[in-house]
Amino acid sequence: MLVTISQAIVGSIDLMAAFLLMFGLWRMSSPVTAPSGILVAGIGMLAAILASFLYVFSVAAAARSHLPMNIGLAGGALVLGVGVAWWGGRKVAITAMPQAVALFNGMGGGAAASIAAVELFGLKTHGAIPLTVTLLGALIGSISLSGSIIAWAKLDALLKKPLHLRGLQVFNGVVLLVALCVGGYIVLTTSTALTQVLPVPQLIEIFFGISLMYGVLMTLPIGGADMPVVISVYNAFTGLAVGLEGFVLQNPALMIAGMLVGAAGLLLTMLMAKAMNRSVAKILFMSIGPGAKRKRSAIKGSLKPVQASDAGIFMRYAKSVIICPGYGLAVSQGQGKLYDFVKLLQAAGVSVKFAIHPVAGRMPGQMDVLLAEAGVPYDLIVQLADINEEFKTTDVALVIGANDTVNPEARTDKTSPIFGMPILNADQAKKCYVIKRGNGNGYAGIVNPLFYADNTYMVYGDASAVCVAMAEAIRGLGAPAAAA
Amino acid sequence: MNFQIDIGGFIALYIFMVTAFAGWVIIGRVPAILHTPLMSGSNFVHGIIVVGGIFTLLNATTPLEQAIGFIAVLLGAGNVAGGFAVTQRMLAMFKTSGHAAEHHAKHARPGKRAKPTAVKAIKAKKA
Repeated sequence: MLVTISQAIVGSIDLMAAFLLMFGLWRMSSPVTAPSGILVAGIGMLAAILASFLYVFSVAAAARSHLPMNIGLAGGALVLGVGVAWWGGRKVAITAMPQAVALFNGMGGGAAASIAAVELFGLKTHGAIPLTVTLLGALIGSISLSGSIIAWAKLDALLKKPLHLRGLQVFNGVVLLVALCVGGYIVLTTSTALTQVLPVPQLIEIFFGISLMYGVLMTLPIGGADMPVVISVYNAFTGLAVGLEGFVLQNPALMIAGMLVGAAGLLLTMLMAKAMNRSVAKILFMSIGPGAKRKRSAIKGSLKPVQASDAGIFMRYAKSVIICPGYGLAVSQGQGKLYDFVKLLQAAGVSVKFAIHPVAGRMPGQMDVLLAEAGVPYDLIVQLADINEEFKTTDVALVIGANDTVNPEARTDKTSPIFGMPILNADQAKKCYVIKRGNGNGYAGIVNPLFYADNTYMVYGDASAVCVAMAEAIRGLGAPAAAA
Repeated sequence: MNFQIDIGGFIALYIFMVTAFAGWVIIGRVPAILHTPLMSGSNFVHGIIVVGGIFTLLNATTPLEQAIGFIAVLLGAGNVAGGFAVTQRMLAMFKTSGHAAEHHAKHARPGKRAKPTAVKAIKAKKA
């Protein structure tokens, strides 16, 4: 009786939770409704977690004697995990958001892989199909765990350079193949009377070892600018792993939530790849290596450095300015200083907009969040497709810490690694200022002809410091005169 | 009555198919400006794996199972709490400027209006 009632309650609450999670994501379609959306999803999640303790009434007979201990462990793990992650999530800087998301995503993958491990080591799944699904979830979850950790280390600048080794791609393919073979062998040897070469637990250990290794190997060669794609892919992977383990545990809420995220991750991955004009497979398996670097092609013109104060004053007397921020702005944490400068321009009657490239930064939409943190109203932030025509009629394009996303070579040079990638048309503005730390090339290692163009001027320095200098120059002019 | 859930292979495929489709439609509506909160929000959603972790840990019988189950719940709980904390923080930062009406006529879905509390007016341009 108690079992039936508890199952009915858990079932209904999980059903409601699945609905609320979907509805929460549905409300993310506008910045106005999104904050309530995450709240709605949070309520559903909280209910599902609390209800899951009702499983105590329906545990297997063998586990009944361990129940007090298990409840204690579950409560302890929950409190510890929630406490640490909540504290971390509250404290992490907005500029470090890609790292945080990668880390939390890896945790989800790890949890899915751990559940699969319990199922496998405890020999709890019977039949070829559930076993295959468990193994698949274990594989994807493990890849997501170790891959996300590497992605986190790269984003946090603990790992500086992408690894380029001859034949790494082939080696990775072999590793994945071995993992699949071991998994297939586990299915065969447990569901048929095939002779065992190794005891099954050892095979499972090997399987997890190889899967984790593959996640590391797959992520190591991928460079920083491809991170938006990588994070999306691992997000989809974790979702998929959660969905698969949901099937194994016969929990439809897990299946729905997992698949929802899987679809979301897939869609974002494809959007990012499209914005880079590269296929997902190429980004993941064919990184732009040193071999892709070409000879410096002949570029007309020269670099023309100017002082930050001159640039600031010029923009003060311009009619319209479009700002193209890139990862360099995030690195220097200059978003607040930039908005101070923008407010001065606006007070002087200058029309200012922000143009966002889909892959600017290290995760999809990172620049939008960065500007939002500084207090920039989101109606000043315009996406690439909606603003690109406006550059032609704009007085000044201000490029801050961006490079490849404004490289006109992508339009014209067929041999360029970024050929075909849609770019911000900063070169079409009447004048272009580029704030840059030094003369280095972009991530893709390509010289940017924009910097040498006749109407482009370079402002060297840290983005944050340059913004302060430009703002001071405008303040130095005194109160803004009444503009016409 | 029996409330035991029993999902066979084909029913699972149907669930996956419909959900994937729904997910594709739902996520397709999200504007690019919200892609980072969307990503961390969907990150939070797959944190529901913690429910599976609790189920697994409650059914654990050996110390090894208990240890791995503990890790599952710990990681899942971290996923949920961290995902929610960062998403909520980011979404709270998105503000619109004074001319919200004009903006929403252009970008928001019909029938939705900006909440006055979410509207942060910036100083009107000097004329």
